[in-house]
Amino acid sequence: MLEISKLVKRYGRDEPVLKELDLTVEGSSVVSIVGASGAGKSTMLRCINRLVEPTSGSIRLNGTELVALKGAALRRARRKIGMVFQGFNLIDRLTVMENVLAGRLGYVNLYQAISRRYPREDIERAFTLMERVGIAHYANKRADALSGGERQRVGVVRALMQEPEVLLADEPTASLDPRTSEQIMILLQSLASELSLPVLINIHNVAQARTYTERIVGLRHGKMIFDGAPDDFTRDALDAIYGGIESPEEEPVAPANPPPAQRDRGLPHDAT
Amino acid sequence: MTRPERGATAPRTWRKPPFIANPWLRYGAWLLLAGYLVWAFGTLPFNWERIGEGLPRAARIFGGGFPPSFQRADLLLTGFKESFQIAILATLLGVLLSIPFAVMAAKNIVPRPVYLVGRAVIIVSRSFHPVIVAILFVAAVGFGPLAGILTLTVYSIGFVGKLLAEEIEEIDWGQVEAMRATGAGYLATLFYAVFPQILPRQVGLSMYQLDSNLRASAVVGIVGAGGIGGTLMNAFGRYDYDFAFAILLIIIAVILVSEGISGWVRKKIW
Repeated sequence: MLEISKLVKRYGRDEPVLKELDLTVEGSSVVSIVGASGAGKSTMLRCINRLVEPTSGSIRLNGTELVALKGAALRRARRKIGMVFQGFNLIDRLTVMENVLAGRLGYVNLYQAISRRYPREDIERAFTLMERVGIAHYANKRADALSGGERQRVGVVRALMQEPEVLLADEPTASLDPRTSEQIMILLQSLASELSLPVLINIHNVAQARTYTERIVGLRHGKMIFDGAPDDFTRDALDAIYGGIESPEEEPVAPANPPPAQRDRGLPHDAT
Repeated sequence: MTRPERGATAPRTWRKPPFIANPWLRYGAWLLLAGYLVWAFGTLPFNWERIGEGLPRAARIFGGGFPPSFQRADLLLTGFKESFQIAILATLLGVLLSIPFAVMAAKNIVPRPVYLVGRAVIIVSRSFHPVIVAILFVAAVGFGPLAGILTLTVYSIGFVGKLLAEEIEEIDWGQVEAMRATGAGYLATLFYAVFPQILPRQVGLSMYQLDSNLRASAVVGIVGAGGIGGTLMNAFGRYDYDFAFAILLIIIAVILVSEGISGWVRKKIW
């Protein structure tokens, strides 16, 4: 169970990107988080595995408080949180198998990692998962030789290698063509039920959110303004989440997704 | 509206605007340059008499150099062998050591104090020409190849380290985030997310550095750090101009060949 309560994230002195956000995800439900760019979706997801440092609040995963963790304890907690990225974030120059095994980096020691001598169970697990998503025949191919959809499958398998207790997907389909992105959504949906794993998906495509997830959470300006089943996600809810974003009388939109440069600068020293 | 008037008035002219807009500054700079040249030529001790005497001597040296003599090929070979050994060893050492220093000097992956130390090491090893470093090392460890190896190692750390650090600062950060998200530790992240991204650059730089070290190993030999430079110095000292000339020719040939090979390898790797 993932419990987020009163989560606040503020970059510098700007208006907070997340304003006392509360969210609880139980069981193996697939939750999609929708909202305009800058609503705080990505920041929220990244606060959970602490790629972004929360300003205040609490995030508990199966009873473990994540916000206060440091060093080795943080790394141990991160092993239980799989993440799938919009840009896949594979190690392009390494093989698919190496990328998949990288999901075990939190478990193996440095020598095993560098010499690629992963435990036999890990390799077995890697093959099983790769077969499950249909990329096993690419094991020794370089990751950058694959197509977008295949690359995202590698990303998903890498996350699953961690034996996660929750899976975070940050716009996993935004870089893919419509058909491929539907396949990835179906994959995430079925993996969630097979592995009884809660999945949080940031997504722009509202139609896909309604089709492939059981619960939709709508964010706007760092606050949750919708939480319900896809059937309850009406026209009004959609307008409330996306409507009037560009209208001039709106208060200036806080930069919830900071420009990449800013995010990069903030991270390196606090994360590990 | 302006069109009919144009024919009546004088044809319009255009000149490139001056590089320095302010005329005072522009002519002042010329004046300063002229003043400096007069002062420099007026005060530096050019002894024209001695230069005049030297010219025939230079002619004698070049005359003595022809035809170059390859009679003492064994000496030539020993010198070059030592130069190669120095250059290759120094490249290996320097390239290996440059990796940790480059990591330390990359702003995005280390805390600020470490970054400052890393940058300082690289700046210091880059601030002196190899010949000056060689003089220091010859004084410290005595004449011979060890001084040459140490010199060129320092030289390589500075050059490769700096460029590699800049490469690290420009890596795709997403891969680092992905490794962190798996719970990987700092070193594992370095080996998985950072090193693969800088590998081609590192190989290219190593090839370039080998080429560069070969060239420099001939120079540092002159101040006593071993290799063909020492042989060359001895040949000059004993007025064996024909032998010295042979050495120079071989140096040129070796540099040409090594430049060709390293250029080819770098192109292949890119």
